[in-house]
Amino acid sequence: MSIVESKLNPQHASYELVLPAGESWLHEVKRGQVFRILDLEGNQAVDTLFYSAHDPEERYSAVDTIREQGNIYLTAGTKLISTEGNVLMTIVADTCGRHDTLGGACAAESNSVRYATDKKYMHSCRDSFLHALGHCDCGMDKRDLTANVNFFMNVPVTPQGELTFADGISAPGKYVEMRAEMDVFVLISNCPQLNNPCNAYNPTPVQLLIWDAAA
Amino acid sequence: MTDPLSKTNQLWEETIPGGAHWSFVMKRGTALRVTDVEGGANLSALFYNQEEKLERYNMADTLKAQHTAHLTTGFVLYSDMGRVLTSVIGDSCGWHDTISGMSNAALVEKRYGKADYQQARNAMHRNARDCMLIELSKWGLGKRDIVPNANFFSKVSADDTGAMHYAADHSKAGDFVELRFEMNVLVVLSATPHSLDPNPEYAPKPVLLQAWRCGTPDKQDQCRNFRPENVRGFYNTELLFR
Repeated sequence: MSIVESKLNPQHASYELVLPAGESWLHEVKRGQVFRILDLEGNQAVDTLFYSAHDPEERYSAVDTIREQGNIYLTAGTKLISTEGNVLMTIVADTCGRHDTLGGACAAESNSVRYATDKKYMHSCRDSFLHALGHCDCGMDKRDLTANVNFFMNVPVTPQGELTFADGISAPGKYVEMRAEMDVFVLISNCPQLNNPCNAYNPTPVQLLIWDAAA
Repeated sequence: MTDPLSKTNQLWEETIPGGAHWSFVMKRGTALRVTDVEGGANLSALFYNQEEKLERYNMADTLKAQHTAHLTTGFVLYSDMGRVLTSVIGDSCGWHDTISGMSNAALVEKRYGKADYQQARNAMHRNARDCMLIELSKWGLGKRDIVPNANFFSKVSADDTGAMHYAADHSKAGDFVELRFEMNVLVVLSATPHSLDPNPEYAPKPVLLQAWRCGTPDKQDQCRNFRPENVRGFYNTELLFR
């Protein structure tokens, strides 16, 4: 687990937004721009999908990403690989250490399975994703939702093949930063999950920052 | 009880040659035994609700609902709609992969070199992604419908650092896995080598499919009672058929 700090100054960012829990965000990050997600209060799950801005049929592939690097956790140095085998983003800084891409996004329906049948009426990441896509006029819909990244989530897999939900390893002020290797649509749901101890049952805001490519 | 495969309830059988692809619909209450005929097979698989193909196999929901990173007897394969597409009711090899994805054209050419149809006829080098795309197109589906898949007969584990390890010689000749279908399911298969198989020779293996009428699971069913999550997953599924 490698910790790599960024040299970028937040005061020089060209874009800054605090995204509350339960909100979605769909934004284009241009090739060469650097995108940071900052965990303001600690152990907040940031469910994230990536698409080629020019052909959204080409999108983030969790399984290709982990297979190509031979490791199931994402961290500094990880190339986020598309379904066409291209690099969408490269993680260039990470002060958390590792991020999950096997646990997926919460949804009304999976909540009804995991917790209780009546939990399906609670807000979920997939509802946030669908809300953003429904308003985007980009031609994308539920068909475009696939396995996502969960930034700041700790979901260890044991050598025996169990998936476990461990205490978080993130903390207030930890961040992950990635450089766009092509023009990319980034779709985020800042997770509203209230049934899971890994965020201490307390979803919190995150800060999103973008720096323009160095001239 | 679910009826086991027997001569009287068998519906059909079919052998998929190594490297080939196939798709078909399995009805609720039927099951499929998939046998690794020669040993060393890999069968990449995707599953869709036949009536509403927007509902499809969801790796993440399957893993987190059952706290697992592999598939064997007792586990079920969830759709993104909180329903069970298919249940693993029998398994002789103990571990099936669902985190490594499928091979693609670039990976196959890099590992095995190029062998196109003009040179190699039907022994041409095929890859799972293109096999899937061809089959999916027959049902009006395409790239947007390709999601993380299951790889039957292959084992990929992760150590404490997260490093992934492909287990060579995992599946032996005669190893099988049995899938019971809990909905009417479109099954899409590619019998191409696993994306992490280090064998430098392109050597795809055949699989035997045997379908039978097994009936629907009762209240004591092993997969239903495997975890409390699965009780709710089967409830969600059975609402569709009341």
